Amino acid sequence: MPLTLYKRPALVVYVTCGDPDLATTREIVLAAIEAGADVIELGVPFSDPVADGPVIQRASERALTHGTSLGQVLTLAAEVRQHAQSTGLIVFSYLNPILRMGMEKFCKVARAAGVDGTLVTDLPVEEAGEYLRAMRGHDLAPVFLAAPTSPDERLKRIAEASRGFVYAVSRTGVTGARQELADDARKLVRRLRRVTKLPVALGFGISTAKQFAEVGKFADAVVVGSAIVETAERNRGREAAAVGEFVGKLTALSSQLSATAR
Amino acid sequence: MAALEELEREYERAKRDRKFQARLEELLRTYAGRPTPLFFARRLTQKLGGAKIYLKREDLLHTGAHKINNCLGQGLLVERMGKHRVIAETGAGQHGVATATVCALLGFECVVYMGTEDMRRQELNVFRMRLLGADVRGVESGSRTLKDAINEAMRDWVTNVRTTHYLLGSVLGAHPYPTMVRDFQRVIGREARAQILKAEGNLPAAIIACVGGGSNSIGIFYDFLNDKKVRLIGVEAGGRGEALGDHAARFRGGSPGVLQGTYSYVLQDAGGQIALTHSVSAGLDYPSIGPEHAALRDAGRAEYVPASDAEALEAVTLLARTEGIIPALESAHAVAEVVKRAPKMKKSEVVIVNVSGRGDKDIGILRENLRID
Repeated sequence: MPLTLYKRPALVVYVTCGDPDLATTREIVLAAIEAGADVIELGVPFSDPVADGPVIQRASERALTHGTSLGQVLTLAAEVRQHAQSTGLIVFSYLNPILRMGMEKFCKVARAAGVDGTLVTDLPVEEAGEYLRAMRGHDLAPVFLAAPTSPDERLKRIAEASRGFVYAVSRTGVTGARQELADDARKLVRRLRRVTKLPVALGFGISTAKQFAEVGKFADAVVVGSAIVETAERNRGREAAAVGEFVGKLTALSSQLSATAR
Repeated sequence: MAALEELEREYERAKRDRKFQARLEELLRTYAGRPTPLFFARRLTQKLGGAKIYLKREDLLHTGAHKINNCLGQGLLVERMGKHRVIAETGAGQHGVATATVCALLGFECVVYMGTEDMRRQELNVFRMRLLGADVRGVESGSRTLKDAINEAMRDWVTNVRTTHYLLGSVLGAHPYPTMVRDFQRVIGREARAQILKAEGNLPAAIIACVGGGSNSIGIFYDFLNDKKVRLIGVEAGGRGEALGDHAARFRGGSPGVLQGTYSYVLQDAGGQIALTHSVSAGLDYPSIGPEHAALRDAGRAEYVPASDAEALEAVTLLARTEGIIPALESAHAVAEVVKRAPKMKKSEVVIVNVSGRGDKDIGILRENLRID
């Protein structure tokens, strides 16, 4: 059951698939796993990424210029799974590419590829009935986003529908690095603890080892996305090596933490 | 989601609040200029030689289009919710101008997102918004048109949701927007129905309106939905051709999908990526369509047809020269359809065309395309 988070804090790494191309994405993912990433979010590029900031928008545009598709991302997932049996694999997508493929077909192919779960950014839990049935039918873990503005009642509903972990959004807004972590983050994790026993992963805006360490003190897992994508963007030609180094820095701190505080 | 629920709650309360409704009615009358006339287009009727053509003159409203109806309604809601910052998207600039106007009227801070391609082709409206005190922010992503402006407005909204209201301009987006915007635009059809009954003693055979997101069309259609004999015709942007990317005719080239929180017909590729669109009119240049239009179409209650860029441009000149009315390029798509349809109808039949906006904003693009200087 790879979606079990063994390490605390665990590191969840997001990549935009197909940026700059799928072969490089595969190298980046394997380098991140090698350097200690516990869960990989395979981002499916979408033409209208409303939940994403400029870094992932740019990456998505690049990935789409050569036609990266959901089908290709699932093939990539299968390849990654062959090399990494214990790493969690999550497909991170907007709803429309999944609808276009067909919910049932998507779940079937994803499961066969060894994917553990899915996060559909623009599908609120209130509208997720059909999706949840399909996910359950194929033993896939649905992961939902919880926002600082979500009332307790909604947090409960999100937690009940989620499997593996709940993804807490550190602040209102889109993805992308921020200097400071808002108080919102700590408060939201505390509120989630009251409604669920599932591990809580915190994401959005986390980009440095210092922030990773800070978040690791109160969340079970930390999601780093834009900082990974930007590292690849800034190191053309040696994307995988650069991401590996960056992930190594983050996890070095993480193992210190679990050795001491926990 | 929390903000959408708050908005829905507040809107439901306002709907039943007589004071709110009275204030909205007063502003529509004394500020926006309602009711708008229903005008018999004598010379156009003669020229086409068929059905009697009436024009619903939304172009005469303050700010030049029907968009003000919805902006006043949502503006009063913003007041009720105690928010002070308003954001909006705009394509042709008409919704942006109406939003900037209402923000000036009610004292809100206003930010309008607009694709840079649209800023270029509707530069007059960009200046108008800035004159009204709005902060107009250019959007460089995607096709640099309406869809991309909505993406950016949504990003702003999720970031500043605690203080900000997103004043969405069409019957799009997540619930309650499509319902609420339709309700604020229903006044068009309510007036038109009473006016045509008074003028003709009968209901019209058909109503024609252009459909971008679909707010002016749903607005004029809605009060005729139960009049089964009245044909409701929406006109989409046929653009410059039938290939994906050359038009914005969602019912001709689209399939069900989700864009920006709405499940409707969407122009998309085989992988579910949203397609680029093209139309000479920025206000119709959008890859999806209001979900209620999709429902009306699937139920067979309304029909949807495309009009090309060239047909719309021709219709502008025709209406200008037969009636002395320069319609917005968006509305000209509806005029283009009546040009095709009226000659095939009986002289005893009546058709209403919704002139949703005026063409002043399009002078630049008309000059580029019509070459009549």
